[in-house]
Amino acid sequence: MDNIILEMRGITKTFPGVKALDNVSFKVREGEIHALVGENGAGKSTLMKVLSGVYPAGTYEGEIYYDGEARRFSTIADSEHLGIIIIHQELALVPLLSIAENIFLGNEIASNGVIHWPQTFARTQELLKKVGLSESPATLITDIGVGKQQLVEIAKALSKEVRLLILDEPTASLNENDSDALLRLLMEFRTQGMTSIIISHKLNEIKKVADQITILRDGGTVETLDCHKEDISEDRIIKGMVGRAMEDRYPPREPKIGDTLLEVKNWNVFHQHHRDRQFLHDVSFKVRAGEVVGIAGLMGAGRTETAMSIFGKSWGHKITGEVTMRGQRVDVSTIPKAIKAGLAYVTEDRKQLGLVLINNIMHNTTLANLHSVASNGVIDERKERKVASDYRSKLRIRSHSIYQETVNLSGGNQQKVVLSKWLFTNPEVLILDEPTRGIDIGAKYEIYTIINQLAAEGKGILMISSEMPELLGTCDRIYVMNEGRIVAELSKEEASQESIMRAIMRSGEKH
Amino acid sequence: MVVDTSTHTTKPSIGDYLRNNIREYGLLVALVIIMLFFQFVTNGVLFRPVNITNLVLQNSFIVIMALGMLLIIVAGHIDLSVGSIVAFVGAISAIMLVKWGLPAFVVVPACLVVGAIMGAAQGYWVAYQKIPSFIVTLAGMLVFRGMTYVVLGGRPIGPFPKDFQILSTGFVPDFLYFLNPSPEVIKNMVALVAVLALVGYAIYAGLRDRRINEQHGTENEPFIFFAVQMAVIGLVALFIGFQLSTYRGLPNVLIVMGVLIAAYTFVTTRSTIGRRVYAMGGNEKATKLSGINTERLTFYAFVNMGVLAALAGMIITARLNSATPKAGVGFELDVIAACFIGGASASGGVGKITGAVIGAFIMGVMNNGMSIMGIGIDYQQLIKGLVLLAAVFFDVYNKNKGKG
Repeated sequence: MDNIILEMRGITKTFPGVKALDNVSFKVREGEIHALVGENGAGKSTLMKVLSGVYPAGTYEGEIYYDGEARRFSTIADSEHLGIIIIHQELALVPLLSIAENIFLGNEIASNGVIHWPQTFARTQELLKKVGLSESPATLITDIGVGKQQLVEIAKALSKEVRLLILDEPTASLNENDSDALLRLLMEFRTQGMTSIIISHKLNEIKKVADQITILRDGGTVETLDCHKEDISEDRIIKGMVGRAMEDRYPPREPKIGDTLLEVKNWNVFHQHHRDRQFLHDVSFKVRAGEVVGIAGLMGAGRTETAMSIFGKSWGHKITGEVTMRGQRVDVSTIPKAIKAGLAYVTEDRKQLGLVLINNIMHNTTLANLHSVASNGVIDERKERKVASDYRSKLRIRSHSIYQETVNLSGGNQQKVVLSKWLFTNPEVLILDEPTRGIDIGAKYEIYTIINQLAAEGKGILMISSEMPELLGTCDRIYVMNEGRIVAELSKEEASQESIMRAIMRSGEKH
Repeated sequence: MVVDTSTHTTKPSIGDYLRNNIREYGLLVALVIIMLFFQFVTNGVLFRPVNITNLVLQNSFIVIMALGMLLIIVAGHIDLSVGSIVAFVGAISAIMLVKWGLPAFVVVPACLVVGAIMGAAQGYWVAYQKIPSFIVTLAGMLVFRGMTYVVLGGRPIGPFPKDFQILSTGFVPDFLYFLNPSPEVIKNMVALVAVLALVGYAIYAGLRDRRINEQHGTENEPFIFFAVQMAVIGLVALFIGFQLSTYRGLPNVLIVMGVLIAAYTFVTTRSTIGRRVYAMGGNEKATKLSGINTERLTFYAFVNMGVLAALAGMIITARLNSATPKAGVGFELDVIAACFIGGASASGGVGKITGAVIGAFIMGVMNNGMSIMGIGIDYQQLIKGLVLLAAVFFDVYNKNKGKG
């Protein structure tokens, strides 16, 4: 097992003005699962792009040895040829083609340009069996969930005789069941002698599967930990990532809970597309002033749909039920009305739904409340500048200026811009949907701090998250959703990972 | 936790600044080079007073429509129907004026309303029924062209009463003749005074904005760029103003055009509506989730386009002094090309009024210059096509280089 399959030595990669990688060394043993961790911007993805030939030889310094030989990859095809396959975070599948077509895209089983379909389907079936999928090869990608799509990507990698599989954040958008299935699959591949490199933010998963862990920080290698020699705790990994020990991942808070702000009663919603399928059933909950309320649940439980259907009916149809603010019934039938009623919704998908990426920080900050920096439809640039600057310093948005395009900001700073936008509408209740998804640990802490401040100011926070430790660490009360219903309400004392999972499982038996 | 409180603003070097803004300066430089080139190859005909006047008269409608088209493109759409709207509104105006004998002050607003309705009819399908604008306006292009043939019965109508023609062929009367220092050279004092005043104001406003920016710590463009830019624009404007003053003065269309350019520049850069259109073009879903009625914005962008196309239609019809079923064929392409040459992005969210106007002038000077040189329409099209491709390639190339 001590056969080194890959060694990268002294890799330095410079972008105009930034040194993304600085003399990084990285060694992977054959047949192991090697985890690559680090905060966003630490250089993990860049390193993997150097390895796979996305950045061709010559654009970086340093050497790559694979199977003991020095290699210079100038295209992705070169590295794939040797069995190095990378699966990116954003899946590269064509949604309207079938599983079989996707697996063999660019690599079709064909003679003289004519595809041999029976063979293609037969091969696909074999591959799907290996990854534990029972779908038909003719199923369209768009008709299967993200978890299964990820497995299709792996099947595609297998079709190319993979020896070194690189997965960039494979479980970022998967629920716990799908993540477990994927990790089990990797462990199974390990017994068959395949090597994998996994980039992930989910330290509990890494702990579960990794043989070695390499930590990157600010473009340099910090250390490589061997999980078989010592017992590596999550805190130990975090210490390496952030450069010092993190005593507490969640800032402390003294809850001062006041009157009920938002109350939703008997909220029934039908599916946006499958119009006769009821998706949410009698959802009722409330959020009080100064309170942080969590909604836990698996992917597809209806949490985002609940939030969006309340926020101006942005999702679903045939919506019935009652929404009250401070006991008064409010109209939330359009987004402007919902905003007026005192609601704000920070979406889970900040790039697609949260920000206008080609616009700068200032323009994004004022977008939802533009009229308050304008008179008679004319924007007062001084006011606008001041608002944007204030939020930039208050939320500590790291940027050159308020004129920086948001596309160039890190995930954490982008999220802070989205938060600025909604704070500027001065809401009473903020619905935060996966507020820390895909952002690094340092920035997460800052987001939690902001949440605490907002609660201290007397705002109500409704937080949707798939990371249970996060909910347990920040919330005063947690609702558990499953299959479009609220199945449990747990106080801070009652809530634990076990009690939440138990509530989900038990409700699954009932329906 | 790594807390980096770097709030410093690094001052970019002049080279960096030029690289980041090469598109805008490049456009201006390209226009100047093209003008000098044609001035040279036409042996000075291009800048003769008569020709400058013609240039304005021939291109005003492209500029006017480019203003509306820019908004449409920034909003993430396209409008292929403007040439047909031009023809139909021209036909309607001819029928009202010539056949029904209605006065111009009734016909002009009525035709603008007709344009608005035509824009609204398309905007409805795009905004509320979510049909791609390419398809809706392709349909509109065919439908409106067909309607033009129907109402005209296939025959041209003309000529028009004088008061209608003032719109496109009239000049601002010389009410400042008493200021004229040398009546032998200068035939129209208003033109000279107006241009002088305008250039003076532009310099004053530019300096004022720089001062305000400085007070707020906002980055200014390096003074040298500001100065050179002002000098080039100022000199060209003064020269053109002088040339015009030695002929018949300021064409009325130039005034209309100038006022509209100023108004649309204001709307796109300073108003909430403009800001929202840019945001919508950049990311429609995020804009909608920010509580902005994106459907209504799209709808009104098309209504606005219809009104401007109607105005352009009347100007063209009055100029030709006849409404024909074939009027405005292919105009949409010139207008769209002007916007893209001017730096608008086909995927929406990016583009400037000044860019579209300069783009329209580049097209106009090329049309005019090549016509004077006696280049046939065949080669003119070929060359214009290549210029469009080159301009957009320049954009894409710069963007990719920026990414490194």
